[in-house]
Amino acid sequence: MLNSSNTPPLLAAHGLAFSRNDEPVFGPLDLQVDAGEALLVQGDNGAGKTTLLRVLAGLLRPGSGTIQIDGRPAGHRERAQFVAYLSHLPGLKPDLDTLENLNFLCGLHGRRARQMPGNALAIVGLAGFENTLVRQLSAGQKRRLALARIWLSPAPLWLLDEPYANLDLDGINLVNRMISAHLRSGGAALVTTHGAYAAPPVRTRLVHLGGAGQAVAGQSPVLPEVRA
Amino acid sequence: MIAPGTEPGLWQTARALAGRDLRLLWRRRGDALQPLLFALLVVVLFALALGRDPPLMAKVAAAVLWLAVLLAGQLSLDSLFRSDAEDGSLEQWLLAPVPLAWLVLVRVLVHWATTALPMIVVAPLLAEMLHLPHDQLPILLASLLLGTPLLSLIGGVVAALTVSIRRSGILVALLALPLFVPVLVFGAGSVAAAARGQDPVGALLLLGAGLVVALVLAPLATAAAIRISLS
Amino acid sequence: MNSLVRWFHQLGSPPTFDRFASRWSRVFTIAALPVLLIGIWQGIFVVPAEQTQGDAFRIIYIHVPSAWMSLFVFALMALYSAIALVWRIKICEILAMACAPMGAGFTLITLLTGSIWGKGTWGTWWDWDPRMTSELILLFLYLGVIGLYHAIEDRRSAARAAGLLAIVGVGLLPIIRYSVDWWGGLHQRQSVNVFGDNAVRPELIAPLWWMVVATKLWFVGSLLAKARADNLSREAGKAWVAQRLGTEPAGELQR
Repeated sequence: MLNSSNTPPLLAAHGLAFSRNDEPVFGPLDLQVDAGEALLVQGDNGAGKTTLLRVLAGLLRPGSGTIQIDGRPAGHRERAQFVAYLSHLPGLKPDLDTLENLNFLCGLHGRRARQMPGNALAIVGLAGFENTLVRQLSAGQKRRLALARIWLSPAPLWLLDEPYANLDLDGINLVNRMISAHLRSGGAALVTTHGAYAAPPVRTRLVHLGGAGQAVAGQSPVLPEVRA
Repeated sequence: MIAPGTEPGLWQTARALAGRDLRLLWRRRGDALQPLLFALLVVVLFALALGRDPPLMAKVAAAVLWLAVLLAGQLSLDSLFRSDAEDGSLEQWLLAPVPLAWLVLVRVLVHWATTALPMIVVAPLLAEMLHLPHDQLPILLASLLLGTPLLSLIGGVVAALTVSIRRSGILVALLALPLFVPVLVFGAGSVAAAARGQDPVGALLLLGAGLVVALVLAPLATAAAIRISLS
Repeated sequence: MNSLVRWFHQLGSPPTFDRFASRWSRVFTIAALPVLLIGIWQGIFVVPAEQTQGDAFRIIYIHVPSAWMSLFVFALMALYSAIALVWRIKICEILAMACAPMGAGFTLITLLTGSIWGKGTWGTWWDWDPRMTSELILLFLYLGVIGLYHAIEDRRSAARAAGLLAIVGVGLLPIIRYSVDWWGGLHQRQSVNVFGDNAVRPELIAPLWWMVVATKLWFVGSLLAKARADNLSREAGKAWVAQRLGTEPAGELQR
């Protein structure tokens, strides 16, 4: 799905850098994600992938650089409209069941048209668990529930932090299928992963966060990656 | 292209959040009674410490009740944001289409309704235990109704500032109690003024005015504190 | 005007601030000494003893300037924090957090001297005077800011959180004072009149102004020195620090 040069990329970052306690975590970094594209952020543990995602999600302020969403400077409105963020912590209440959690999150963030919590559960393989408390789910099942939440989100840009964690092969395929479907309908996804073992089978750009906070953006249909 | 979904407004998000909190409270009904029990404990301990002396108790009843409610409220501050911060829900609030301050306001008010309001309902019983003169009871209840939401709003700022600190211990009390002083002074003081034959309405009006201002400013400060704590 | 703005901007850079602070902290601290000595000498020897209180009242020449400083430093801390929160300037965070222990110190001196004076004049170490009670609450606010700053691991988040608390505190401070005054008035106790029953004579005031100026000078000198030290320790491991201190870059200073 080629992007016409008139439409601005869903997400664009220029000169993005972040440091903590005066230690550089990543950057300066340029990256861009267009509709229908996936961007894979690779790096070892501690290379700053999660921090990068948090900066893009608006939870952290970058030390330098700018972020544009849909061509406009990224502010609260733009993020609420365009960004869905899946972090390490799933944002699920253990004392509520799966449906209650999804209904609440849809009430807070909105719901994609023509999608309902019930069939989202079926898509992620949790059909039949409608009334199970999240406390009683396994780690993999909780991860699937979080994916169901992302599926229901109306936002076109998915920021997924280690979506393959805690999932078996079946789950990994699920994530890939969801990302592919999302991209086909015009969305985009930015995915972090610390291994080369799982990647969405779609046209993917690649950013590798290496040592000393260096980052190199490259383009590759399939991995091998370009190291910093 | 993805069809635009339904973007919730202020009212829908408030309903969603309040509904969630009430449902969560119902799942842990036992926990909901804890502030109440603590207030009762404080009253009992005061009675034991003062000695079995009804006239003395009557003189200090309003102050003891105010202290019991205030201390129980301060202890319950931890439950305001901590669980949402720990499971990642709080982060998602920042991405909601409504201002974070609005969600904070809804959360604080629901928290007040579920922690402080039960204590106010039980206050007449506790007042009876401490031999509070009956003509002071309406003023005491009025001061509690105006003062406890203020305590929740101010406490929200402190809770947000300390939400990412493990085992904050005495720090929350150290931060919150000085900020509670005006509320305590005017709250308990209104009853003390009435007991002395002075007009309590001035103090109550000040509490009311403070409440109005806090309803606007406290959520804004709390939202800023949440952003700092999550960074 | 432009050059002033540019100079402020440059001051935000850690090496420039270090140079500025090391020179001016010395200047201010040295300037404070003679002023302090004059104030104390005037307060002890020149000013005549007061009728009812005797020589005990001389302690107000420490008490009142300390009280004013305790309030001034809190307001300054809130101002630095506000600048740091809005413009994210690290030096302002450092300055704000350096203010806190000094302000707490002034508050403590105020409380101790007030207590001593109270003992001297009406026989009790503490009698819940509204102004002293407010001062005690101010001490708790300071301790809260310091405590919060040390409870958070990341130094910058810690400074921002403690700074927000300082701003909230400075907003509530007038309300706290008002409420405590109201509380003190409920019982219609005699309020403390610093100079006793006499009309305030000009020669009694003069040492006060000397002491006020002295405490301000000394505070600026100490603030710059402490901020400089914090700045250096935060930047430890950087090349410019090693150069300035004439040592090898040794990596992170261990706390």
